[in-house]
Amino acid sequence: MVYQAARYTAAEHPASSLAFTFIQAALSMRYSALSILKQGLGGHRGWTRAWRDPTPKPAYDVIIIGGGGHGLATAYYLAKVHGITDVAVIEKGWIGGGNVGRNTTIIRSNYMFPSNTYFYEHSMKLWEGLEQDFNFNAMVSQRGVINLYHSDAQRDAFARRGNAMRLAGVDAELIDADEVRRRVPLLDFDNARFPIEGGLLQPRGGTVRHDAVAWGYARGADSRGVDIIQNCEVTGIEMKNGRAVAVQTTRGRISANKIGSAVAGHTSKIAQMVGLELPLESHVLQAFVSEGIKPHLDTVVTFGAGHFYISQSDKGGLVYGGDLDGYNSYAQRGNLPMMEHVMAGGMAIMPSIGRVRLLRHWGGVMDMTMDGSPFICRTPVDGFYLNGGWCYGGFKATPASGWCFAHTIANEEPHEYNRDFTIERFAEGRMIDEKGVGPNPWIQ
Amino acid sequence: MNACAMRPAFNRDKIMHQIQCPWCGVRDEAEFQYKGDATVVRPADDADEAGFFRYVYLRDNPKGWHTEWWHHVAGCRQFVKVVRNTLTHEVAATGTPADTLQVPES
Ligand SMILES: Cc1cc2nc3c(=O)[nH]c(=O)nc-3n(C[C@H](O)[C@H](O)[C@H](O)COP(=O)(O)OP(=O)(O)OC[C@H]3O[C@@H](n4cnc5c(N)ncnc54)[C@H](O)[C@@H]3O)c2cc1C
Ligand SMILES: [Zn+2]
Repeated sequence: MVYQAARYTAAEHPASSLAFTFIQAALSMRYSALSILKQGLGGHRGWTRAWRDPTPKPAYDVIIIGGGGHGLATAYYLAKVHGITDVAVIEKGWIGGGNVGRNTTIIRSNYMFPSNTYFYEHSMKLWEGLEQDFNFNAMVSQRGVINLYHSDAQRDAFARRGNAMRLAGVDAELIDADEVRRRVPLLDFDNARFPIEGGLLQPRGGTVRHDAVAWGYARGADSRGVDIIQNCEVTGIEMKNGRAVAVQTTRGRISANKIGSAVAGHTSKIAQMVGLELPLESHVLQAFVSEGIKPHLDTVVTFGAGHFYISQSDKGGLVYGGDLDGYNSYAQRGNLPMMEHVMAGGMAIMPSIGRVRLLRHWGGVMDMTMDGSPFICRTPVDGFYLNGGWCYGGFKATPASGWCFAHTIANEEPHEYNRDFTIERFAEGRMIDEKGVGPNPWIQ
Repeated sequence: MNACAMRPAFNRDKIMHQIQCPWCGVRDEAEFQYKGDATVVRPADDADEAGFFRYVYLRDNPKGWHTEWWHHVAGCRQFVKVVRNTLTHEVAATGTPADTLQVPES
């Protein structure tokens, strides 16, 4: 799904006649209801490619390694907010082939610690204006996210988190079992082990079409002059007097004044190229999609106690997942025991899914940090900037991550929203450990 | 087509780890709990902060062979040392905590 979709959109559909060329020129690159109508009349053969396929230049002002959501968003905001357009995004495969095209598309800002709350809420606000901002339909759908609770203790913990959210200006509601039943009648409320007592609802949470996020940012960055270079792997970083000055790639050497890394699961590999050791490990997380069915579920439900969460895509597939497989992995695939565990969790809380067939499943490589929180920061290496450690929750962060990383690269200092996302926080004893599980990346 | 021909061909190793516990024999991954990098060494009690910081937080995180701990929780409850490839999920060697295991060239 991931690769085909990316290729399809990037593929050129050459105009077959002068008339189409004319229509193309008249339409320029702006998407609108009118452009769809006009293209419809021409058999949809006049669409031009959404971003160029440039040959890498020998040098750029800024190079971003990794064409996932975060790398593309960074390039977009560098160009749009900071006027820095001599930028290349260097992607080893196709953009959208990494985690940005592999996640379960949930967005939310229901965190408790201030370092996270304000950052993720900034992201939520950017999501709310994103489609108008980059003129692309990302299908942002604020259908609500409900975290289920099953005991008084869990309710109290959720009330505490909800209150912290509200104090920070984020929407949160503690709802009782009747209200959960009204919203999601098909859950097993009387489950013997985990009876549903209620939930913490974030009404503004929801889902976003993940591939469209990569494409929208790519198109917006490209139209402002950013070069998006696909099928180009960074294999080394050249240092001069302690400063990162160029990248070695499968398409040659490219120098830059500043080099930013946004490679998610491969963060350790890139960091090692400049001699940095990081407090993180790569782990695999799986996701599952069922065959398409009629509307069944119009919100996102998380059953944390049973390691399961679920939503329904606009195509009708039930999209669900659970926890990490739990061992270091770069494989982009998981194993059957975790699959069985996720299915068992689903059967426990939403028994009706037992009648639905599984259509597809896959895995993605997560950059799991020792406290479950990310890095968006300068590093001890001059000219090298780090964005990573997104664990399994970096999709929702995409807009704010790109926005803050661009700010950090442009201004040589963090924005207030990413001030605490440093590498040094571990040595300084200022971990941001929402779960409170300590330095065990596989359970963060 | 007969029923046999319709059975999907799969290699057990490709769908879950098989770990040779030195005490119990070959067991499925589901019986174990992962316990992380087995190459980190606790520094001496009087080591400086930097030493403890490295021990607690920094990891090589290799793409390839990784020496790691798997706790046989649903078996003998011993810690098993395992050399496993993080890209292919292949297990090359297992042993007791005291064993020095050969790590293949990558
Ligand atoms: C199954 C699954 C479910 C998830 N569900 C959610 C969810 O519901 N909500 C949520 O918020 N988050 C979720 N996430 C997490 C989220 O997808 C990630 O945290 C986020 O996408 C990571 O940032 P990215 O988009 O930039 O990563 P990626 O898309 O992985 O981008 C990194 C890119 O770097 C490239 N790269 C790596 N090495 C090199 C190199 N040497 N040279 C050049 N390029 C390189 C890769 O090819 C890749 O394209 C999920 C993840 C998975 C796997
Ligand atoms: Zn055993």
